[in-house]
Amino acid sequence: MQHLLSVVDLTAPEAVTLLDTAEEMARLTDRAIKKLPTLRGRTVVNLFFEDSTRTRTSFELAAKRLSADVINFSAKGSSLSKGESLKDTALTLEAMGADAIVVRHPASGAAHRLAHAGWVSARVVNAGDGTHEHPTQALLDAFTMRRHLGELTGRRVVIVGDVLHSRVARSNVHLLHLLGAEVTVVGPPTLMPVGVESWPCRVSYDVDAELAKADAVTMLRVQTERMAASYFPSTREYARRYGLDARRLGMLGEHAIVLHPGPMNRGMEITADVADSDRAVIVEQVGNGVLVRMAVLYLLLGGAGTGGQAP
Amino acid sequence: MSTLVTGLAPLGGQPTDLRIDGDLLVEIGALSAKPGERVFDADGLVALPGLVDLHTHLREPGREDAETVLSGTRAAAAGGFTAAHAMANTDPVADTAGVVEQVWRLAREAGYCDVAPVGAVTVGLAGEQLAELGAMADSAARVRVFSDDGHCVADASLMRRALEYVKAFDGVIAQHAQEPSLTVGAQMNEGALSGLLGLPGWPAAAEEAIIARDMLLAAHVRSRVHVCHVSTAGSVDLIRWAKARGWPVTAEATPHHLLLTEDLATTYDPVYKVNPPLRSAEDVEAVRAGLADGTIDVVATDHAPHPVESKDCEWASAAFGMLGLETALSVVQHAMVDTGRLDWAGVADRMSVAPARIGRLDGHGRPLRAGEPATFVLADPTVRRTVSTAGSASKSRNNPYVGRELPGAVVATFLRGRQTFGAHR
Repeated sequence: MQHLLSVVDLTAPEAVTLLDTAEEMARLTDRAIKKLPTLRGRTVVNLFFEDSTRTRTSFELAAKRLSADVINFSAKGSSLSKGESLKDTALTLEAMGADAIVVRHPASGAAHRLAHAGWVSARVVNAGDGTHEHPTQALLDAFTMRRHLGELTGRRVVIVGDVLHSRVARSNVHLLHLLGAEVTVVGPPTLMPVGVESWPCRVSYDVDAELAKADAVTMLRVQTERMAASYFPSTREYARRYGLDARRLGMLGEHAIVLHPGPMNRGMEITADVADSDRAVIVEQVGNGVLVRMAVLYLLLGGAGTGGQAP
Repeated sequence: MSTLVTGLAPLGGQPTDLRIDGDLLVEIGALSAKPGERVFDADGLVALPGLVDLHTHLREPGREDAETVLSGTRAAAAGGFTAAHAMANTDPVADTAGVVEQVWRLAREAGYCDVAPVGAVTVGLAGEQLAELGAMADSAARVRVFSDDGHCVADASLMRRALEYVKAFDGVIAQHAQEPSLTVGAQMNEGALSGLLGLPGWPAAAEEAIIARDMLLAAHVRSRVHVCHVSTAGSVDLIRWAKARGWPVTAEATPHHLLLTEDLATTYDPVYKVNPPLRSAEDVEAVRAGLADGTIDVVATDHAPHPVESKDCEWASAAFGMLGLETALSVVQHAMVDTGRLDWAGVADRMSVAPARIGRLDGHGRPLRAGEPATFVLADPTVRRTVSTAGSASKSRNNPYVGRELPGAVVATFLRGRQTFGAHR
């Protein structure tokens, strides 16, 4: 694995190795001193063209727990807004000797471009590119599901919400399918991408019909400004038709869990009582995010053949 | 002094010779050199009337960093073109007689290729108020083609008025068919691949809806409409349907829509970002079929130069457009001739005769006959080359064919008896 740009690039063994390595990280950091010496002397740059305190902090913590030097490079304003271009930022980071660049960018494909345009030699981790992918979110979601449900083969996962604009949905559908789960995406037809029928998942417009069989439900964040573009008529109608409330929570099996990539719109896609219920594993997802990102950085920078020390 | 061109094959037919004297072809047939006459050895070369591009962006005035009239017309000559229509989206916009005359004069002074400026339909391409179409038509540039290319004349009533108004001087409205409300932020063809790549889609229906509307309007007011850069199978079907009714519609396809497909977007390399976007293989097949059966009248390059920094970035930030003048004939040979869908006479029609007719250009698209202007191109269809940007006359480098092997090469271009491209041989 040279870079982590897209879940579509992963093989099933690679995905399982990532999740198993994250388990190993959990075991090794479950002690008073959480820090490992593995990436000592390596430089990880968090290059964020979009605000995302939670993802950036998670990567920062992951890198620091592996003893890497971490630089947070907040480049608000890409060439879109006449700031410094992605290319010039990349050349700067290359000159500074970055070993890995964790990039969050509003443009789909920005991480791919950074990895393949010949600007940098660093390993590139996609921390969310436009409406394309968010691979580490999918890995932490799968990791969380696996911890609760065991192996995911044959497990039923329902993903509800704005699939069209969601990089989380794209990465989740492909990763969960790769791991053998049966995935269903649910939402209003306006928020389904053209061609979704070719994705490795079922498509449904009816949440209630899908919940009883589900082992896990992921609620996607729905931005209220989508309403202005007529993707749905009102936030109230959206919440009624697609939101997860106590009534719908009651339709789930006893063992089923509720996930949300955050940040939540309480009262929109998920009600407060569901978000705070014991079925929700949303806070746990955050902790698992650090473990998964440690695994990614370890395998990209410290893994076999790159001279790093084993954890 | 006259020039004897020997061994050329007019429209790929039987080899013959021709004599140029001044700006005219004076003789054609088996000829022998007169004492002291310049002889040009064209043995094995196909001769076509000089190519005419209905759709070029020369960027001057305003974006001389990307292209100038001089560099663009040199690229045109290198591609076998002897006339090119320069689109109006310059800065300032070509929406007055002053700007179109400036572009026309710059080309005359450069001398590489005739330039017929295209006038903007609306002031500033803003789609709100008709530009002074009559003044541009009456100017020295004799504008006959009007287009807001880059923007669609989206307002149906304004489009109707434009179609009616240009009847007074035999003009044509060349429409960039793109319903704007369906393509806000659009980055690539809308389909399964755009969904996978997370790039906002540009649906075929946004092109087809405007084409259908404009053909109905053109039929209603009995004026000429020309459809720019047809890119979808549905558009080809609609135009075929309108032509079967005898409606006054013509259409063009670009070389890139005859060859390249949307899969190239998986590289996220903006050299493949263009508007309308690269479509599916089925669309490419339909566009080729439409060009072969005459539903699509012409190949037009939509040559769109951009400076390096406009493409050396992430996809969403990049400019739309790709170069096309210097590779057009090779792409057409590859997609149409070598596949048996058009012979060289067909290429001459689609790339010279028909565009000259639609643009009302005198002295272009003429047969290779004694008494006609000595305006023609000699091409060698037997060679193959790997495309590179080295040696390009264009100031820009956004060439999507780099690294690709294409057949054929333009050997020499003659404009009214003067060689505008190629070595003497």
